[in-house]
Amino acid sequence: MMEWFDSWGLTVIVFLPLLGALVMGFIPSGNEDGLKRTALVASGLAFLASIYLVLQFDFGASGYNQYQFEVTETWIGAINASYHLGVDGISLPLLVLSTFIVVLSVIYSWNHWDEPYNPKAFLILMMILATGMNGTFVALDLVLFFIFFEVVLLPMYFMIGIWGDKTPRRIPGFRKEYETRLYAAIKFFLFTLFGSAFMLLGFLALYFESGDVSGVRTFDIPTLTELGATGAFTDPTFAFLVFGALFLGFAVKVPMWPLHTWLPDAHTAAPTVGSVLLAAILLKLGSYGFVRISLPILPDEAMSWAPAIAILAVIGIIYGSLACLAQTDMKRLIAFSSVGHMGFVMLGIATLTDVGINAAIIGMVAHGLITGLLFFLAGSMSHRYHTREMSRLGGNIKLLPIIGGILAFTAMASLGLPGLAGFWGEFMSLVGSYNPLSGLPLGVFRTSMVLGAVGTVLTAGYMLWMLQRVNLGEPSAEWTDHDLGDADRYELASWVPLIVLIVVIGLYPRLVFNSTTEAVTSMVEMVFGS
Amino acid sequence: MTFEVDYLALAPELIVAATMIVVLTLDLILPRPQKFWTATVSVAGTALALVPLAVLAIDGEARAMFDGSYVVDEFALVLKGLFLISAYVVFLMSHNYIESDRYYQGEYYFLLLASVLGSLVMASSRDLIVLFIGLELVTGPLYMLAGWRKGDVKSNEASMKYFILGVLSTAILLYGLSLLFGLTGEVQFGALAEATAGRAGEPMMVMAVLFAIVGFAFKVSAVPFHFWAPDTYEGAPTPITAYLSVNSKAAGFVAMLLVMYLALPGLSEIWAPALWLLAALSMTIGNLSALRQTNIVRLLAYSSIAQAGFMLVPFAAAATTGADLEEAFAATVIYLVIYAVMNLGAFASVIAGARITASGELGAWAGLGKVEPRIGLLVAVFFFSLAGIPPLAGWFAKFIMFRAVMGSGASATVALAVIASVNAVVALYYYAKVTKSVWLDEPMGFPGDVTTPPAGSLRLALGVSVALTVVVGFYPALTTFVGDASKVIALGG
Repeated sequence: MMEWFDSWGLTVIVFLPLLGALVMGFIPSGNEDGLKRTALVASGLAFLASIYLVLQFDFGASGYNQYQFEVTETWIGAINASYHLGVDGISLPLLVLSTFIVVLSVIYSWNHWDEPYNPKAFLILMMILATGMNGTFVALDLVLFFIFFEVVLLPMYFMIGIWGDKTPRRIPGFRKEYETRLYAAIKFFLFTLFGSAFMLLGFLALYFESGDVSGVRTFDIPTLTELGATGAFTDPTFAFLVFGALFLGFAVKVPMWPLHTWLPDAHTAAPTVGSVLLAAILLKLGSYGFVRISLPILPDEAMSWAPAIAILAVIGIIYGSLACLAQTDMKRLIAFSSVGHMGFVMLGIATLTDVGINAAIIGMVAHGLITGLLFFLAGSMSHRYHTREMSRLGGNIKLLPIIGGILAFTAMASLGLPGLAGFWGEFMSLVGSYNPLSGLPLGVFRTSMVLGAVGTVLTAGYMLWMLQRVNLGEPSAEWTDHDLGDADRYELASWVPLIVLIVVIGLYPRLVFNSTTEAVTSMVEMVFGS
Repeated sequence: MTFEVDYLALAPELIVAATMIVVLTLDLILPRPQKFWTATVSVAGTALALVPLAVLAIDGEARAMFDGSYVVDEFALVLKGLFLISAYVVFLMSHNYIESDRYYQGEYYFLLLASVLGSLVMASSRDLIVLFIGLELVTGPLYMLAGWRKGDVKSNEASMKYFILGVLSTAILLYGLSLLFGLTGEVQFGALAEATAGRAGEPMMVMAVLFAIVGFAFKVSAVPFHFWAPDTYEGAPTPITAYLSVNSKAAGFVAMLLVMYLALPGLSEIWAPALWLLAALSMTIGNLSALRQTNIVRLLAYSSIAQAGFMLVPFAAAATTGADLEEAFAATVIYLVIYAVMNLGAFASVIAGARITASGELGAWAGLGKVEPRIGLLVAVFFFSLAGIPPLAGWFAKFIMFRAVMGSGASATVALAVIASVNAVVALYYYAKVTKSVWLDEPMGFPGDVTTPPAGSLRLALGVSVALTVVVGFYPALTTFVGDASKVIALGG
């Protein structure tokens, strides 16, 4: 069992959901219980397997470019692309986050369906999405990474497009009104594809360059990482273009300002579970790409891009917060808050220090938990009120005390209250940018730190403002005759684990750092020599 | 000159020719209600022709006949396999389509088989004359087939446009080839390659190559020689459109590949920039025009123009450096094979869907997925595969195309790669537009036949292509043999 798991455990985690989707294809759509149970079993087993993986993970041996549970099989021999999976301290927490959120989403979906219903199709899409997300975090071959990175597009496109928000909206620049979902779905797809088309060109450039440098053309990430550390990819034009191409791919996904415009539309239009998965996991594929691929393979270029990334990240923080302050739609506000939070993640990465990158990873995990929960809450509330306009939701906590209470808690976590998970990412990424990697322009980073700190204040501002508008005050008279019904057991079953984790990570961040510190520190040492 | 005939090597061609005669005879004998037998015989004949092909492939030995003008090697076998299998799928698609409208079945299958025979001959041709005869045998019957829906004005227009422009392009091509012969005195590719090496500076040579390229560009409907394609595609019977966009286009590409790589490798400084331009124009203009289409078949027509542009990219790239000729050669052939599978599938799914919508307008397709989820799913699979979205086969075609371009690292080719990747994104928009209609829009009622399922033959066609699209997408190594076979010829030719 153990030995078998050592080599095939990751494959199981990645493909179990897909297998579930296949099985569900043969279950008639009338048999809803069967469909839901299959989805729960497939995603649940994947989650349990990932927990087992954590238990078996050797935290002592998770240094730079060291991967565990590796499997390498020939896949496309002609181009030397292999089926290479592996996990290290950096990807481990993200992998668990991904399997975890998917299980919770299945549980939440038990009795929450957006129009036009059709649980079969929705759950199948969710399972395909899970395979793509899990796969991206463990792929150690650029082609494989690219495939998993792209596999998430189709299911998400359909989720937004079919189950999304049907309100007609005038899109700037168009004369006609379009349903929000139609516009958002294709915008999401086009933006991401635009980025990843260039990312693919970057991957191919690396592949050919590796052949010129080492004699063997390879897509293998560990091999390329080694080559990168020995200064193989330092030709200025080459490195600039390749980093730029990868940057486009990852930055769209994160998303970084000014490539973020797909995000508010997609998140707002998506069905609840779609928004949760988008915010909690899909965004991390981008920032993970920076840590896994861009930094270690092109370290010198990362140094020269770092200040620019930091500046864009800070613009993202400030812009995201200001945009939040202008929203009237609760879900759109949460969507914009993602731009700000991911700004902190990217600021952490841009410092190129162990503190900053650790901050980025715990920031990703925390954002996954917190914003995921916020979207769950926003979804549940709009199920009940049939509106997301904050002006009409006032007094929510009196009408729905449990949901209102959880909302207050989550908003506190989101604004970075010490003792809850959101604090560590923001705080440490600011600390990191006080003291970035030597050689980086100190002025830029310290200014970023100050502006980032202003950003945290703004974050507190809009979160509290949202709470005030949504939770406090007297409920509007229009709800008096409505039986809204507070959180049901499926909702609680999917939210309580998130709440617990937010508190646990807040109080005991070593839960994440235990896994990441070793890998990050040794990477920074080896790659940037500090 | 020796005229020893290797009957095993010629068996596929002979079987197809024999099938043609049987079909024609059957058509004379059988009473009208029995004419469907001509279709059955055609399908069986095409399948039967695959048997000697398999024997030859297992045998693996390259056989040259008629002083090396006619060669049956791995490369030829791969292409013959492609032509036969896609013809097989087209026959399956035609079966019901043609029968339901009481067309002249016997003649239809006879002509289509003649065209298939032409493509088989062309794949083996290693001299200009055989190549030309093969290529014309491919297109000749199609002029008539495009106008097969006699009562429809659009079909008449399709046939007329295709005929006039096709003949014009044939004349131009022939003129170019005759110039080549006149300048070198050779018609065989190997001899031509020697005779033309280092003569890129001669003005007549430039003219000869450019004329040949213009001729081929018509056949593969590359911009700016594409004007016939949308009208012809829209007017022709849909199975013929599928055949035009797959077999006839592939035949044009193979002819161009053979002439450029085998006969004129020394003149790449002439044809490479020309092809660079054709590739960039075809991708961009094909895609931009496709964006505005509301008819699904016209959309596929422009998409096939854009896809031709993608296929031309490796040609254009290889030539600027000359180093990675074999990679580029293999890339185009792999692209061609994957494109054939998914485009045939797309047309088959359009035929299946059109039975219900009774229209090619996208508006009429709204909500098809909710009424017929299986057809909707197939539409989504094929159109997203054409867009190159993993894990469907199309991604590997695009990938291998990009790989061929990025290998050289020259700035002109990288620029082409950037143009190609922007185009890949633009293309997604209109492919997704079809899926949007089918899945995202609300159904408004369908006038067509909703109750009867598609005919068995059509389902078989759909099944074959969807299986290949998905399997190749997950395990692209399956297409490696195509690349290997192509490399053999690029090296040995």
